Amino acid sequence: MSVLIIFIQKAIVQGMGILFGALGEILTEKSGNLNLGIPGIMYMGGIAGLMGAFFYERAVETPNPVAGMLISLLCAFACALIGGLIYSILTITLRANQNVTGLALTIFGTGFGNFFGGSISKLAGGVGQISVSTTASAYTAKIPVLSKIPVIGSVFFSYGFLTYAAIICAIVMSVFLFRTRSGLNLRAVGENPGTADAAGINVTKYKYLATCIGAGIAGLGGLYFVMEYSGGTWTDNGFGDRGWLAVALVIFAMWKPLNAIWGSILFGALYILYLYIPGLGRAMQEVFKALPYLVTIIVLVVISFRKKKENQPPEGLGIPYFREER
Amino acid sequence: MKLEQSYAIELHNITKRFGSVIANDKVSLSVKKGEILCVLGENGSGKTTLMNMISGIYYPEEGQITVDGREVKIRSPKDSFDLGIGMVHQHFKLVDILTAAENIILGLPGKQMLDMKTVTSEIRALADKYGFDLDPNQKIYKMSVSQKQTVEIVKMLYRGARILILDEPTAVLTPQEADRLFEVLRNMKKDGCSIILITHKLHEVLAVSDRVSILRRGQYVDTVDTKDATVASLTEMMVGEKVDLNIQRPVPHDQKKRLELSHVTCTTKEGIKSLDDASLTIYSGEILGIAGIAGGGQKELLEAIAGLEPVTEGKITFYPEDGEEKVISNLDVAKIRKLGVRLAFVPEDRLGMGLVGSMNMTDNVMLRSYQKGKSEFLDRKTPGKLAARIKNQLEVVTPSISAPVAQMSGGNVQKVLVGREIAQKPKVLMVAYPTRGIDINSSHTIYHLLNEQKEKGVAVVCVIEDLDVLMELCDRIAVLCGGHITGIVDGRTAKKEELGVLMTRHEKMEEKEESDHE
Amino acid sequence: MNKEPVLRMSKRESMSPGKMLMVYAIALLMALVVCAGVIFLLVRMNPIDVYKAIFDGALGSKRRIWITIRDTLVLLCIAIGLAPAFKMRFWNIGAEGQILIGGMVSAAMMIYIADKLPQPLVLILMFAGSAVGGMVWGLIPTWFKAKWKTNETLFTLMLNYVAMQIVTYCIIYWENPKGSNTVGIINQQTRAGWLPKLFGNDYGWNLVIVLLLVVLMYIYLKYSKQGYEVAVVGESERTARYAGISVKRVLLRTMGISGAICGIAGFIIVSGCSHTISTATAGGRGFTAIIVAWMSKFNTFVMIAVAFGMTFMEKGAIQIASQYGLNENASDVILGIILFFLIGAEFFIKYKVEWNHRKEESR
Repeated sequence: MSVLIIFIQKAIVQGMGILFGALGEILTEKSGNLNLGIPGIMYMGGIAGLMGAFFYERAVETPNPVAGMLISLLCAFACALIGGLIYSILTITLRANQNVTGLALTIFGTGFGNFFGGSISKLAGGVGQISVSTTASAYTAKIPVLSKIPVIGSVFFSYGFLTYAAIICAIVMSVFLFRTRSGLNLRAVGENPGTADAAGINVTKYKYLATCIGAGIAGLGGLYFVMEYSGGTWTDNGFGDRGWLAVALVIFAMWKPLNAIWGSILFGALYILYLYIPGLGRAMQEVFKALPYLVTIIVLVVISFRKKKENQPPEGLGIPYFREER
Repeated sequence: MKLEQSYAIELHNITKRFGSVIANDKVSLSVKKGEILCVLGENGSGKTTLMNMISGIYYPEEGQITVDGREVKIRSPKDSFDLGIGMVHQHFKLVDILTAAENIILGLPGKQMLDMKTVTSEIRALADKYGFDLDPNQKIYKMSVSQKQTVEIVKMLYRGARILILDEPTAVLTPQEADRLFEVLRNMKKDGCSIILITHKLHEVLAVSDRVSILRRGQYVDTVDTKDATVASLTEMMVGEKVDLNIQRPVPHDQKKRLELSHVTCTTKEGIKSLDDASLTIYSGEILGIAGIAGGGQKELLEAIAGLEPVTEGKITFYPEDGEEKVISNLDVAKIRKLGVRLAFVPEDRLGMGLVGSMNMTDNVMLRSYQKGKSEFLDRKTPGKLAARIKNQLEVVTPSISAPVAQMSGGNVQKVLVGREIAQKPKVLMVAYPTRGIDINSSHTIYHLLNEQKEKGVAVVCVIEDLDVLMELCDRIAVLCGGHITGIVDGRTAKKEELGVLMTRHEKMEEKEESDHE
Repeated sequence: MNKEPVLRMSKRESMSPGKMLMVYAIALLMALVVCAGVIFLLVRMNPIDVYKAIFDGALGSKRRIWITIRDTLVLLCIAIGLAPAFKMRFWNIGAEGQILIGGMVSAAMMIYIADKLPQPLVLILMFAGSAVGGMVWGLIPTWFKAKWKTNETLFTLMLNYVAMQIVTYCIIYWENPKGSNTVGIINQQTRAGWLPKLFGNDYGWNLVIVLLLVVLMYIYLKYSKQGYEVAVVGESERTARYAGISVKRVLLRTMGISGAICGIAGFIIVSGCSHTISTATAGGRGFTAIIVAWMSKFNTFVMIAVAFGMTFMEKGAIQIASQYGLNENASDVILGIILFFLIGAEFFIKYKVEWNHRKEESR
């Protein structure tokens, strides 16, 4: 029983960062932009948040956890948003290829994260020496009373606030996409920008906003790894391939935010499953880590041959839109 | 009575030029409130351009538009919307995965949180009022073409359109669906809406409209009350006097059966028969013209022969000079070629199908012949020579044969395409709209080439929309309507009116007409 | 629509190569200025010194030159592999995985058969085996694309990580010494299965193989019938059908070639450079190469320059890192900025931007 509880806890912890990334990418892809820069953007968000907290804690004698939290949150969101803005300018205004731009952004963002991570590590006195413990404590604080309830408390209430923020974000995004006027317009932009344009929707504006805000949300995924998962420290390439896992999750969730919630937990579970299967050699454990990707591939193939319209990628995904010039 | 008299929209002396081409020359027309006006004309007569000026896509160079008696300027689709004008285009502007209701409210201002229940009931009320058959919660991709059209019309009404323009709405409908549409239009008329119906189907004009305005080659011809019009009078106004174009027509000689289509049917993904039980024999040494209104099955006819369109029923047989006859239906291009059947095809979509726009003349010239020879490498020498020959003989204007063909003008692009296809020494040459968008000189070059091929004993099949050209160039003219072959007439004795009637007749020709030839 | 934008864009018909080079040169210059600004802001160092250090790091000594060449060759090899796929408008984002699988096959042969067979035969087997490995890895998504139009961008992307885990599995299986999580240098004593020296140089064979590929791929794309088919399919599937080309066959064949060359890149890395296999064997070069191939517009000779430029920046930045105690990841930041400018520059090659002098339409 307790093993199971820990497994679920760990799966959720693994999943939430990916969930942020996937939510950001869902919003972006709903506008027809396939942003392969998400892994880089997550690094940018993570390091910006960490730096915000780091410099705040250095500047103030008795840092306030909540203030540190707000500063890091804002920094992470803003920096990731700038990543999205670079992508938007290049692909929407300058009509560059989305894949190439996205990959360049990933190279840039990953380097950006590791560069500043390394630099402030040096400032802090060596690798692994960064500590923003005060701010991190605000991120890792558990819900006071509820987390003490046996079983239910550990499974549902033993996480920092970003976990709940991720789930709320998914729900809000789902409501936004499927229940609001702007959400409807956004979906139309991603599906058929020509039609959206004819209906009087400002396609460029929607694409910019969705891509930038989506990037900001994905940046929070980076922040999650830094603050809650690693407790406020930086290791180079510390996220591993989780950025790509976020892109995979978008497919797995079939572009629906609510699916992404349980999908992220499932991905988290698959990612750490090897630890809980007895008798696996170290080598076999590695094969198990490929499970989330394999599952995604299966989903991708299944949706392509079932051809159910609702589960397809947005029809305009990856295709640039320009109004015909006369 | 007062309602009858007031005009919803009036156009005075509207002129629109595209470069040197005059698309609309001093056209005037007016629509009363509670009236259905048909705008009648052949392809290229300027109907759609005129309507695009009302809906804000183009802006007229001269002339005035008044709506409800006030002079207005319509500079954008939004201006047009705001004046209560809604246009339903031939290509629907709908998002497939959204429901009808979602499409209808797309882009409209309003509260952020959507109240689909209210929207749905509003749409239902609107549909009931005019007799539309529409489920607001159905997704577009699950709808038939006629249902999608309904969504488009309801969308316009929901947005408050009182003047509705429909661009050839029945082109994609079955006769029953068309009847239902007319029923709805009449209801709307009773409610005081004004409807402009663009069409070239005469029986529809007579069935549904109050008045008809006729356009011909961009010129306004006349407006008549429908009750005073007949098929004959309208046809005459629509097609006009025969114009002498001075195209040669040598007498065919030594004709042999070359290609036979028997009961060929092609079905689209949506289940519509684009070609319906078409039987036709094509002879060597003749030019067979294909006439018909856009979407009548002309494209499918050629593509079925060329191996690009699957044939669901019937078969297509090729008769060589000597040797066994060969069935070529449902074979792809490579297989037909392997059988030794030399078909040449100049498609309608020149740069999207016939040529590769980003490649130069030489590389385009070898598109259909590059596979020749055992070598794994391309032979650019022969096609290079051919490209140079085409350039010289057909007077292709291009900076060099190494410039991408997409940079050439339409006429020159077509010369390259026709030149290449003829160079294959075909037995059957098919051309679709060979002179569309092409200047007179280039057009005559192409007619001359077709005649040359005919003299060489090639069976030439050409789809042409200009009846005057058909009547001067072709030995026989087959008329298609709604996928049926409605008649085959002798090009030398054909009358324009006769063709006009066949083009709008929705039934198959009697079998005996074809056997006349043999 | 009432408010027309001040700037008007229209598609350019063509641009002379000279002008094109100018646009790129301006973009590069702007990028370097921005980078200099960034460097100065961050570390308050004279950017000129930094650029000098970059040059020194990449080409400062014979050894450094050869390291730069070695890495250029690998990047170039991958980009060559990607060229036919991209020309066909098939988004092969999976080079990373194809390299890893190719490298894995090479490593396996080095471990199991290299000392049992004559060396030339071993090397030929390794070469062929890696090519087949990469080919298989490239053909999997292609088959689904041909059959069900499964999105190849996402499929190939996912396969990278499946390949990564398979390789990690093998690493642990082969690990040497036990518990180290690495394979170590394979056959360090015997040098079995290593590409031998050529012209007295360790990377001589790499150079020969890759330059041969440059020429062959150039010829293939430009002068062979198959290359012509790739171009037609990439332009329009409808035109391809009209020309009598089987789109499916071309898809499979081209991606087979693309995957095989990426697999060969794996062979070159394992047998010709690192003599080991690790999860960093591809090291993101499968992604960088996409940008190289795209920016070179599939011309393999242009790729030489672009691949060299990228490697040059990378090596230079490592030098800055050690010289100034800066972080080596600065190279990716600088590279990223340069890429943004170059990607953006393409717009000015494809489009004309003019001030809008709108004619007053109303009379």
